[in-house]
Amino acid sequence: MPLTPADVQRIARLARIELAEGELAQALAQLNGIFALIAEMQAVDTEGIEPMSHAQDLLLRLRPDRAAQADQRAEFQAIAPAVESGLYLVPKVIE
Amino acid sequence: MHNATLAELSQALRARRVSSVELMRLFLERAQRLNGALNAFITLDAERSLAQAAAADRRIAAGQAGALTGIPIAHKDIFCCKGWLSSCGSRMLSNFVAPYDAHVVERLHQEGLVTLGKTNMDEFAMGSSTETSFYGPVRNPWDRGAVPGGSSGGSACAVAARLAPAATGTDTGGSIRQPAAHCGISGLKPTYGLVSRYGMVAFASSLDQGGPMAKSAADLAWLLTAMAGFDPRDSTSLERPAQDYTRELEAPLQGRRIGLPKEYFGAGLDADVRRAVEGAIDRYRALGCEPVDISLPNTRLCIPVYYVLAPAEASSNLARYDGVRYGFRAPEYADLDELYRKTRAQGFGAEVKRRILVGTYVLSHGYYDAYYLKAQKLRRLIAQDFARAFERCDLILGPTAPSVAFDLGAKRDDPVQMYLSDIYTVSVNLAGLPGLSIPCGFGAGGRPVGLQMVGNYFQEARMLNAAHQYQLVTDWHLRMPEDCR
Repeated sequence: MPLTPADVQRIARLARIELAEGELAQALAQLNGIFALIAEMQAVDTEGIEPMSHAQDLLLRLRPDRAAQADQRAEFQAIAPAVESGLYLVPKVIE
Repeated sequence: MHNATLAELSQALRARRVSSVELMRLFLERAQRLNGALNAFITLDAERSLAQAAAADRRIAAGQAGALTGIPIAHKDIFCCKGWLSSCGSRMLSNFVAPYDAHVVERLHQEGLVTLGKTNMDEFAMGSSTETSFYGPVRNPWDRGAVPGGSSGGSACAVAARLAPAATGTDTGGSIRQPAAHCGISGLKPTYGLVSRYGMVAFASSLDQGGPMAKSAADLAWLLTAMAGFDPRDSTSLERPAQDYTRELEAPLQGRRIGLPKEYFGAGLDADVRRAVEGAIDRYRALGCEPVDISLPNTRLCIPVYYVLAPAEASSNLARYDGVRYGFRAPEYADLDELYRKTRAQGFGAEVKRRILVGTYVLSHGYYDAYYLKAQKLRRLIAQDFARAFERCDLILGPTAPSVAFDLGAKRDDPVQMYLSDIYTVSVNLAGLPGLSIPCGFGAGGRPVGLQMVGNYFQEARMLNAAHQYQLVTDWHLRMPEDCR
């Protein structure tokens, strides 16, 4: 079932990407093209097949609960869009 | 000197016939002269590169040099290099000067390789033509009206035009192998987990893998030896003992069984590519290999499965670009939500946004089972196809791409056509296997053709051996574009 303009608006809102009016029609057509390509998957019976999430069957490693990284706050904040007193600045969210 | 192999450069440096500074000057001069036409590099920083080269010369003088000390290497702009712009081809990171080195960069630097610059790429590695870069498209050095392939198109172009002796690349669905094929160079995607991804900007984490790009298989073997190794900072890095990937280069191929998947030679494969690849198979037969017909029956599902899983993982990985901690921030916004929406609307290009939207949809409530989970189940079937095939053969050979490099702009506005050009490469990432591409001839318009080789897990040394033996009896890898001399 093809996506509707409302679907695309909803996905864009979830993804936090603003879509201009003019972009919506093109995005809709291209996404529908991509989903038509993907639809071929649905014809295959996958009953009883274990999903494969990773190329290797990895076990997550554990490490001792010890601080291992040096403090690099100054370097990281030097490239931030807006900082003050060691804090990242964003528009006010609580009145 | 710009045509020399890494082994030759290594010998020349150690015999003091050339210094690292002289080599760097030579390649910088070529890069500066040809980059205007090719756009292979996003950043060249002669001062920084020459300072690194001078340090390498001091190491050589002090007798502390490794085999590759003093050799210039270009890094794909997806790798963080401390003090260098590391933009990933995106406006979103167009002001991001990395505060640290990627593991790969760190290792190559320890080995003494010297950073020659940062290469152009599809934005966030999403593309098969290097046309989605914020910094403009890369040209194919064999035909400037053609794309170089992608996403590591800048690295492939730089090596093909002899602007760099070697380069790094990354491969999520073919991004090392396909541009290597289109530019007539050699490129290797290692087994998933062999090369650490620390400091390599994440696209689709269950598929991404870094690897070397160079003129020959022997050069790839030297580079992989320096790049591969365990890194506790990447949770997918495998704990395996270090290896010398050059060790088997000279072994004879007598009796090696090469699998030819019938699905890779069917409809959709261009006649010129088929001819070149079949010529290469004849060579392998002459080298004592035994061709075996095999089948990878789920090949047709690879593109659909890949274009569900990769966007899903990308939508999650790219959620971090919100204009708060680093990178681009929209100049105007009324509140926090608008800061996010405008930053991401203006910071990402069209293809990246498209993939984020696809990924967001397939992971969203009510659709997860039908798309993401379904694709993960099919992924297992695709991996099982390869497991069965490797019971009957040692290596798989086929085309890297269904056509030679296409014209610039030909598929730019048609994502589905662009995605279909990945048909022979994405399956290797889905299964996590190693794959490489080496030049095997020329097709329409004098554009190069690549031969893809797929091996079983951790078979890189044997694959490089097989590629090297082919290159001993052919000269495709020695050819270079006329107008880059």
